Amino acid sequence: MALILLIVGALIMLFPIIILTMNAFKTIGDYNATGPLSLPAHPTMSGIVGFWKMSDFPVKLGNSLLISLIVAVLGVVLSVLNSFALGIGKVKGNRWIILAIMLANMMPQEALLFPLYTMFKHIGLYNTQWAIVVIFTIIQSAYGTYLLSSVYGTFPEAILEAATLDGASRWETLLKVVLPISWSTISVLFVFFFVWTWNEYMIPMAFLMDDNVQTVPLALATLQGQHTMDATTLAAASLLSIIPTIIFFIIFQRKLNQGIVAGAVK
Amino acid sequence: MQKDKAKRPAMSRLPGNKSSKFIPYLIPGVLGLAVIIIVPFLWNVCLSFTRWRGVGPMKFVGPKNWIRLMGDATFWKSFLNSFWIIVAIVVIPTILGLLISSVLTDVIQKKFGSKTASFIRALYYLPQLLPVAVAAIIMGWIFRPDDGAINALIAKFTSGPVAINWLGNPKLALPSLMFILIWIQLGYPIVIFMSGLQRVDPELYEAAGLDGANWWQKFRVVTLPSIMPELMVVILTATIGALKTFGPVYLLTKGGPGTTTIVPSYYSYNQFFQIHQVGYGAAISTSLTLVIIVFSVVFTIFQGRVEKNMDD
Repeated sequence: MALILLIVGALIMLFPIIILTMNAFKTIGDYNATGPLSLPAHPTMSGIVGFWKMSDFPVKLGNSLLISLIVAVLGVVLSVLNSFALGIGKVKGNRWIILAIMLANMMPQEALLFPLYTMFKHIGLYNTQWAIVVIFTIIQSAYGTYLLSSVYGTFPEAILEAATLDGASRWETLLKVVLPISWSTISVLFVFFFVWTWNEYMIPMAFLMDDNVQTVPLALATLQGQHTMDATTLAAASLLSIIPTIIFFIIFQRKLNQGIVAGAVK
Repeated sequence: MQKDKAKRPAMSRLPGNKSSKFIPYLIPGVLGLAVIIIVPFLWNVCLSFTRWRGVGPMKFVGPKNWIRLMGDATFWKSFLNSFWIIVAIVVIPTILGLLISSVLTDVIQKKFGSKTASFIRALYYLPQLLPVAVAAIIMGWIFRPDDGAINALIAKFTSGPVAINWLGNPKLALPSLMFILIWIQLGYPIVIFMSGLQRVDPELYEAAGLDGANWWQKFRVVTLPSIMPELMVVILTATIGALKTFGPVYLLTKGGPGTTTIVPSYYSYNQFFQIHQVGYGAAISTSLTLVIIVFSVVFTIFQGRVEKNMDD
């Protein structure tokens, strides 16, 4: 009984994706004749190819990859530096600093949106991928610092002592002792920062005006905004937009699970 | 850790190093935080006391925006809708998540192995992974009034064509939006609860079973207390997420029809970029921030009490 309900539930969860895939390969004529629930009578790639060309998909994909990758790398570097000072260095007032960082992470983005918008317009980074990179590096590293500094707060004392006895400097201790041991948490953070940045919507929408700087979610949203869009093109475009995500999921599944859990158990 | 700190204040965990020597490591992070978050937030608070169209002269108007806010029915409506969004993102997925994850761990994993359980978990988690804009657009497409899949599905079971305008009908828009949000959110509590449930000692269930406890009693006495920490984290993070909801509303309903699905986040965005009332938008977004901070503080105090009670 429980099993049946569970499977029905899973099917409801999957229904949108299944129906999307079915219709992404239909022509609009096919769709109008048989509706969304039937399999494509004459499978076609034209919707997918159409969106690929119309949206300059490779450019959007490149932007999303570039932005997410740089944010993930820089976000991890900042998180490690902060957490080394807060968790291992125990810099004076570290509790207050961590509290401030947590608050920064919870802040709704609209409460920063307009000042950031004005700021980036002034320094000429508005409408460039760099604006998004800078903003999300800081926002993601706030979460990373919060998580990693609690990990470093319980870092084995004996190992730190051994490093000191060996005459390692702080910088050497960070690079040669702390970093290698916390590699698994760091890689989880990396994957998370990448996926979160990839998925962001509000700030990229407000900041990236030109086609050639936009990201994958923006490309789809722009298309949907044009009301004349027919059902099959929209399905094809959505399918194409979720393919990269599904590929990450397959590659990083274990890291993702660890990450979701790491957030919960801190 | 706390005791340690009291014994030797401002001493780092790296022996022989003063904690002040670590300050250079903090400089890039704190500087970034100041420039990207702290200063813009304070700036936003200042903006809430001005009248400004985004360009041109800015006029200081004192608490005028705030006074207007208190009497603004749309503003209150947006927080009332936030309540329903919390039901859709926190209450329902948490309850369903508890049930599903305990069935997955208790029944599926035992009978069919952990591979099957994690496969089913992955199915539930998939929508969580999609960019929220993409997830919202997919669901919007399925809910299309003229040729959407939901109406086609209903038409299959009733006779004759169905053209329900799910997201455009004032009575249906909020429930439809809530359904979409439940779909997006459900995987999150499931994944977290399942990891928490792995910690529970199976002997506890056996002991409870020997005492003649039924499923519900086992759930209340064994499962629930064991995953209390996860439950708290899910409630806190999901509620903050719910208060911040923007993408689905912007993409699916634009707060409408009328103000039936308006939320604070969309309302302030609308003021900023669509009607160019930056000061008023700043007041709305500042008030949303205050609500989030107050909620987090109250919740954290409450959480501390619950954990203390459980330790006793």
